[in-house]
Amino acid sequence: MAELGTLVTKIRSKNAGPFWVTVDVFCGSAARFAELCQTLDTPRLATLYGVAPERLKRFEIADLNVIKLSFPRPVVQGAPEDRDQHGAQYAVLLQELDI
Amino acid sequence: MATRILIPSGVLGLGFDEAALWRGVASGPDLIAIDGGSTDSGPASLGTATSKYSRAVCLSEWRVLMQARARAGVPLVIGTCGTAGADACVDWMYDITCELARELGQTLRVARLYSEQEPAALARAYEAGRVSPLDPAPAIDAAAIGTMAHIVALAGAEQIQAALDSGADIVLAGRTTDTAIIAALPLARGAHAGAAWHGAKVGECGALCSTNPTSGVILLDVDETGFTVTPLADSAQCTPHSVSAHMLYENADPFLLHEPGGHLDVTAARYSAVDDRAVRVEGAEWVPAPSYRVKLEAARVAGYQTTLLAILRDAHYVRHARAWADRLERFLEAEIARRIAPDAYTMELRLIGVDATLGTLETTSGDPTEVGVLCIITAQDQAQATEIAKLVNPFLLHYPLTDNEELPTFAFPYSPVHSERGALYAFAMNHVLTLDDPMQAFRLQIDEVAHG
Repeated sequence: MAELGTLVTKIRSKNAGPFWVTVDVFCGSAARFAELCQTLDTPRLATLYGVAPERLKRFEIADLNVIKLSFPRPVVQGAPEDRDQHGAQYAVLLQELDI
Repeated sequence: MATRILIPSGVLGLGFDEAALWRGVASGPDLIAIDGGSTDSGPASLGTATSKYSRAVCLSEWRVLMQARARAGVPLVIGTCGTAGADACVDWMYDITCELARELGQTLRVARLYSEQEPAALARAYEAGRVSPLDPAPAIDAAAIGTMAHIVALAGAEQIQAALDSGADIVLAGRTTDTAIIAALPLARGAHAGAAWHGAKVGECGALCSTNPTSGVILLDVDETGFTVTPLADSAQCTPHSVSAHMLYENADPFLLHEPGGHLDVTAARYSAVDDRAVRVEGAEWVPAPSYRVKLEAARVAGYQTTLLAILRDAHYVRHARAWADRLERFLEAEIARRIAPDAYTMELRLIGVDATLGTLETTSGDPTEVGVLCIITAQDQAQATEIAKLVNPFLLHYPLTDNEELPTFAFPYSPVHSERGALYAFAMNHVLTLDDPMQAFRLQIDEVAHG
């Protein structure tokens, strides 16, 4: 077992407008990309972020060795319950995911 | 014919490399374009129609850009003035421009493009079926639209072109898409539409598409088949990877970008290195839409907040912070109901050092030295929020973990311990407005500012 963040070049997250958040996993190599496309299963990722699996958009971009996840923010940016206006800390959940 | 756009940085207020800017001016640009805002910092800028950046900082950077414009002899365009692009934000930028024109002795034609939507007029458009939800959209109706603090529509290339057609030296635009200010002139001059929009998307954050993101300045050359992007700081390089990776940034779909009047599809884009600094891109497609729709952003008052901050350092309380906070919350809810009985309100205790950032999504736990307790009260007006905060105050200071222990006293970092945060704003629309004519929801104001 290893944390995902130690296996890849970079994981970042950011708002894509106030209603969406997007997480980019830069895998670093074609081999790691191919491996993680298999390993990272969408239902597990949806649970991690508290969204319904069908609301999680997943893009596997071979040219960049990037797996990208986009989903409606669990709370809209700036709502009273929002804890992270820029959505940049959502990446941490994926960085610390055991693989 | 290539159109050369000089982009000083991703946003006015974050700084740029001045030597690189002057290199860009010397290279003969056709237009200088910079963004002035974003929704990125939350709804308060739009709610209050104020800039999140300091006036002095914006003025000092705008001075350099006005000097660059005078030297280059080409239009200078700023989109989404004053963070939110509300009318007052455009006028704030106009005031800065007039002050600098006096100081620099410049005579200018200044176009102000206003993007703000009058709530009552938009409510009528809603009732006429011209407002459609995007996904996900907050629930709204005509009455709710009428109560918004500020609503803006995002202008596209057509409205910027109208401002440029006025012969303006400087265009101060209200809310626009980030890309419109860059794409407008190449499109007007017959450049490849896919290339104009794709180049604008790559360039809208300045040097973020390069290996030195903070250097700011880039040059975009858009022609009939594609575009070339070149960073101008000595230390910066664009590579096919750095440029193509930029489509990922703050974009839910890395291949599609919706704009007024259509969308950009970069699925077939090809990126190649021109040399060790510049990248050539071709192959993106512009897909026109059957109707002309502009996106709407709105902020409404969602309550008034008062907050308190206490710090637990005693190891016993740090260890049991969650149990303590849960018990305190239950106690306070009963006390508030019994002694104040306010209108609808919320109170939260966020434990900094435990899970304040991620809340119920948090998957990790540790042993913090201390725990910050951020109490956030949101009520219907400021007086009620502060009344509740004053009830909370002594208990946040002294509440015990169990009934059978001595009263603790925690750390309050300042006096008074409560802070009135004022109105809390919420983003209240994620919708589009259908227009018969691109200028239907926008207004142009042209002024001669003479100090030559």
